[in-house]
Amino acid sequence: MKKILLGNNAIIQAAIDSGVSYVSGYPGCPSAEIGDDFAKIAAQNGVYVEWATNEKVGLESAIGASFSGLKTLVSMKSFGINVCSDSLLPLAYTGTKGAMVIVIADDPSCWSSAQTEQNTRIYSQFGHIPTLEPADPQECYDFTKLGFEISEKFNTPVILHTTTRVNHQKMPVTFEDVKKNAEFKKGQFEKNPYQFATMPPRTMEMKKELLDKIKKIQIFAEKSKINLIDSSKNKVGVITSGVSYLHVKEALEVLKLDLPILKLGFFYPLPEDKIKKFIHPLKKLLVVEELDGYIEREVNVLAKIENLKLQIFGKNVLPIIGELNTEKVCVALAKITGKKFLEFKVKKIDLPRRTARLCEGCPYWYVFPTLKRVAPNAIFTGDIGCNMIAGFAPHNIQDTLFSMGASLGIGHGVSKSTNQKVISIMGDGTFFHAGISPLLNAVYNKSKPLMVILDNRITAMTGHQPNPGMGKTLMGEDTTQVSIEEIAKACGVKHIKVLDPISIKELESTVKEFLEKDEISLIICKRICALLERRQKKS
Amino acid sequence: MENFNLILTGVGGQGIITLLQVIDEAAVVEGYDVKSSELHGLSQRGGSVEAHIRFGKKVFSPMVSNGQADLILALEAMEGLRESAKAGKQTRLLVNNYILPIPGAPTKEEIIKQLRGFKSNFYLVPASEDCKEKLQNEVVCTLYMVGHAVANKLMPIKKESALTAIKNVIPEKYLELNIKAFNLGYGE
Repeated sequence: MKKILLGNNAIIQAAIDSGVSYVSGYPGCPSAEIGDDFAKIAAQNGVYVEWATNEKVGLESAIGASFSGLKTLVSMKSFGINVCSDSLLPLAYTGTKGAMVIVIADDPSCWSSAQTEQNTRIYSQFGHIPTLEPADPQECYDFTKLGFEISEKFNTPVILHTTTRVNHQKMPVTFEDVKKNAEFKKGQFEKNPYQFATMPPRTMEMKKELLDKIKKIQIFAEKSKINLIDSSKNKVGVITSGVSYLHVKEALEVLKLDLPILKLGFFYPLPEDKIKKFIHPLKKLLVVEELDGYIEREVNVLAKIENLKLQIFGKNVLPIIGELNTEKVCVALAKITGKKFLEFKVKKIDLPRRTARLCEGCPYWYVFPTLKRVAPNAIFTGDIGCNMIAGFAPHNIQDTLFSMGASLGIGHGVSKSTNQKVISIMGDGTFFHAGISPLLNAVYNKSKPLMVILDNRITAMTGHQPNPGMGKTLMGEDTTQVSIEEIAKACGVKHIKVLDPISIKELESTVKEFLEKDEISLIICKRICALLERRQKKS
Repeated sequence: MENFNLILTGVGGQGIITLLQVIDEAAVVEGYDVKSSELHGLSQRGGSVEAHIRFGKKVFSPMVSNGQADLILALEAMEGLRESAKAGKQTRLLVNNYILPIPGAPTKEEIIKQLRGFKSNFYLVPASEDCKEKLQNEVVCTLYMVGHAVANKLMPIKKESALTAIKNVIPEKYLELNIKAFNLGYGE
């Protein structure tokens, strides 16, 4: 079967063809379609799909399924690995039972990410987790399948490390299209605390077992076809991985160069012998990888053993900030080979930047101007989601932006440290993800920020995923509709007001009243996302 | 044929992803290798959106290098002007005569005047206006643009291939409307 697929949909297809039956994770761009689109075809393929409340819970959910013998897929964006790392690292120690592939999608150039331009690959070395890097949707399919095979063979989680230009790349993909039973088959948890509980002194033994296992996987990687060599007799060579390989291939065509390329499908563990053999005859080497030069560092170490005279280029000729493209690789290759390359000069056209904005009819239109008017001197700590548009014109009220849930964590700190008024803004999705813990902290440690939860009844920014406040699961089943107000009450918040932000007067007077309180207060601005409302009316 | 390089540009919510799907599919129907790159998420909330499509004998990277586009297809004129900064000598610009204004933006007249600097490489079409007037639906202006590009050989896609692609990609419910928009742009 051959069909044009988005990288993310190729991952779904590979998971189905590999016999996956349990899918969890947390939505974020550029990985969100993996859960969203999987849910649409899950039932007919006998697969269970959920969005967990955050990435740590999502991973733990998959760990439970894996220990019960099910084949599992987990997906999250770059920052998700920060959230789940506390359980990811012990998972490397225990290993998996049912095979598990974890998709982590980085976003070089921050196309749809705030926070940081993080290069997640470091976790693979740090946690000793085998990691594959596909370059395009066909490889998304092939590498996901291989990931399940490796996981099954070695009882280890396998990370599929992708980037925006891989997740959101389309091309015709050849796949098997295995017909599956439309019935979800439950597993069986067989007790084995020796393997599933990381209790010292067993922990140290497990570490030894893990390191031995990685050695075996390294031998497997040495023979693996996904570490492929485009051969040539030229003494200048290129080592690359992921989407950078595509830019290298284009750049060589542009510059009419024929250079040997080692394309690493494995990022961790690296096939060290293969690399040594590849660099042995070379005089110069360019390592092409996005963001930090992790592979370059490793190759430098290997060159000390194998080829002392080798001149290694990498981050000294390629940027460490922003995604790569053909032109950037051309510039680097031209510098090394002495070939001429004229960079295209982009004209200067003076136009205002068109930033993301609140949609027409968005309930936040009522909230931001009101807060700004009533409390012009307040410190506004911002959070992840549509509400971060508060940082753009015409609002311009966002004083801090960090990670999910951080608006209140930081708001508490500012409130304790100053005599200033603090307003912490957060969406409903983020509240369920990471907002409850800082709320509890603010109550417990007695600070007095005003928390404003913008409850638009869905996780909107990432593409309208359901959350615990909606009474529906990802697969469309009815479930308990969790009340933010009740959670806040249980946390000990005494001043709570739930209102429709369209009632600006009520919002205004409540803000005024709550800002005078000597304890934390909470306004829940409850009104459905305008896009969601329009969609519901249509259907 | 060397690989054909196409950049789609517009404002989040204008239907760039569907447009990309149709052209990707049409390229496959023509027998080309194809790769494309799109952006989702933050940029879709009313921000500038840009997508790339490359097709031909063998395509590696889905990204069009600066100056290398054969065609820039702009669903909104100011975004077309913005993208024209990357236009090379061979680049043709097909621009929808339609503006989504933002504070500080030049007037439509100023934008069009600057675009006219591209002389015979610049094609201005009333896609939104015609679709609104004749089909009572502005969103299908994307297919109108495809129709115009195919009719004027702005991209190496035959009419039959485009129509097959539309049938393969667009859901049954909206198929007739989209074909009408294509034909309107094609000039029939």
